[in-house]
Amino acid sequence: MDVAVGPARATPLTEQPTHARGYWTQSWERLRANRFGMSLGAVLLILTVIAVAAPLITQVVTHYDPATQDLDEVFAPPSAQHWLGADELGRDTFTRLVWGARVSLGVGFLTVALYILIGGSVGLVSGFFRGWVDEALMRFVDMLLAIPTIFLLILITSLLPLRIGPPGQIWFTIQHDALSLTVIIAATVWGRVARLVRGETLAISSREFITAARGVGASDRRIILRHIVPNVLPVMIVTASLGVGQIILTEAALDFIGLGVQPPVASWGNMLLNSQSYLFHSIWLVLWPGLAILLAVLSANIFGNAVRDAFDPRLTS
Amino acid sequence: MTRYVVRRLLASIPALLGVTLITFLLMHATAGSFLPGLELNPNLRPEDIMRIRQNLGLDDPLPVQYWRWISGLVRGDFGNSILDGRPVITQILDRLPNTLLLTGTAMVLGIGISIPFGVIGASRRGRIDDALTFLSVLGVSLPGFWIGLLLILVFSITFNRIGWPWLPSGGAVSAFGGGDIGDRIAHLILPALVLAFIHLAIWARFTRSSMLEALSQDYVRTARAKGLAERRIVYVHALRNAVLPLVTLLGLEFPGLVGGGAIVEIVFSWPGIGRLALETALKYDFTMVLGLTTFTGILVVVGNLIADVLYAIADPRIRYR
Repeated sequence: MDVAVGPARATPLTEQPTHARGYWTQSWERLRANRFGMSLGAVLLILTVIAVAAPLITQVVTHYDPATQDLDEVFAPPSAQHWLGADELGRDTFTRLVWGARVSLGVGFLTVALYILIGGSVGLVSGFFRGWVDEALMRFVDMLLAIPTIFLLILITSLLPLRIGPPGQIWFTIQHDALSLTVIIAATVWGRVARLVRGETLAISSREFITAARGVGASDRRIILRHIVPNVLPVMIVTASLGVGQIILTEAALDFIGLGVQPPVASWGNMLLNSQSYLFHSIWLVLWPGLAILLAVLSANIFGNAVRDAFDPRLTS
Repeated sequence: MTRYVVRRLLASIPALLGVTLITFLLMHATAGSFLPGLELNPNLRPEDIMRIRQNLGLDDPLPVQYWRWISGLVRGDFGNSILDGRPVITQILDRLPNTLLLTGTAMVLGIGISIPFGVIGASRRGRIDDALTFLSVLGVSLPGFWIGLLLILVFSITFNRIGWPWLPSGGAVSAFGGGDIGDRIAHLILPALVLAFIHLAIWARFTRSSMLEALSQDYVRTARAKGLAERRIVYVHALRNAVLPLVTLLGLEFPGLVGGGAIVEIVFSWPGIGRLALETALKYDFTMVLGLTTFTGILVVVGNLIADVLYAIADPRIRYR
């Protein structure tokens, strides 16, 4: 039996955390509590790691090169040698899928980052300065949103390669590669973000703390960067989290119709494009790239939903 | 009502002008590559190229060119194809009925399925609700072109192989002896299903939340207090009000439908304007692609206009805002 020795321990009356937990802590805790969302987030993370480590994986695990042809192995069904089979030129499907992840996820993440940057800046400027700047920018956004994205993308990508620079000189060329596609897609889809951020900026600009900041003599720059940006950040995060899946789909569709990343570079979309001709006898060529797209987009969307639920300020109160 | 329509019509003019301006600027920004490879053609002298540019008016000042572009558009002149010289607009109008047929069928299918789903989701909650939420995420995550390929694999290739009645995998009518109504429907089923499925889940979810809101209104409580049957409350009182916002959603979704339709058209070789855009883009027929892009932009603005007017007809409150 235990005998209490010494003075009784002081009861921690005041050690309860009394400070309010901040928005970021709260949101993060809410996100972490969402098991389903977090596990799909983990899937997305794994896919990203695979994409980044593609050269390593091909060297150590599969021992194939994504573009090397092997005419003895044409249409080889899935086996110990080719885990997921081989395509019409005897290229290893698994290796190509791994490399394709680079295109899909790379374009997915980078495009979203870029269009959040463009749309966010336009929205901030538009909502903060109002007047004719706002009017002009928002009318432009209206027009941009009126044209179906895929038509605009078909139009722009059909004009490639575009040589940018003054006459007789080429600064850089926009062509059918992943980086160019990132820029092109971002340039066509930023309108919705601009609208959202503008609305949010308008609402925040009329709040008292902005008036107060202006009262103590803060410059426009400071007000935007220190007071408004942190407050519109949640909207941007929510939009970004829901955008990745959509962009991956768009990019894959573009590859699929032959206006995106060109062979021999492997992408999930152009693998599907090739495989449609072999639908009759090599089903796996159609199955895997589509499943890969579905897995990436589904995990991005479910994780995105979880992020939205956790970070949406309107759900906080 | 007339005043509302006129006001709404005037308000859509800037958007229409903007669409033409964007496509015009794109056209001009690429004027260098507008005539691809001409300068590489050994049979053309520099003065020939100059003459071609002059004939196409590419050396005129920008405002002049823009004026020529929009004044042509107003008269229904979208320019001519640079490949075969045929007017762009006749080629578009040739294909447009097919696109409208596909999009319209998909819309009817999607609405027909999604409204009951949304209503059930809202009035019963629980399991169906969860399934609906998951389905809607799945719906926006599925690559339509892949689902199209899989459906072709199952309903065209496999069914054909095992001797079941199979569905055609592409085109709008059979090349030989096709064209009757049954043949057309058979061709329409797969593409319309894919297109409907992509949007179905979104609409179902929208109906659900709209329905939930309607069910929490005072008049629903009144109806309950009167002792009306739950069925009558849900399907008569609440539903009629809940489907109203759906009209606006359809207007907003229209660009997505036309755009999504383009991909579906390509997978199923459906002879609509989406497929036309791709075909001409792959042949570097820039004027055709430009005309098509402008046309779909106009189509979307007009579609939104129609949706707004329909909404105003259905809901008198809107007209007086």
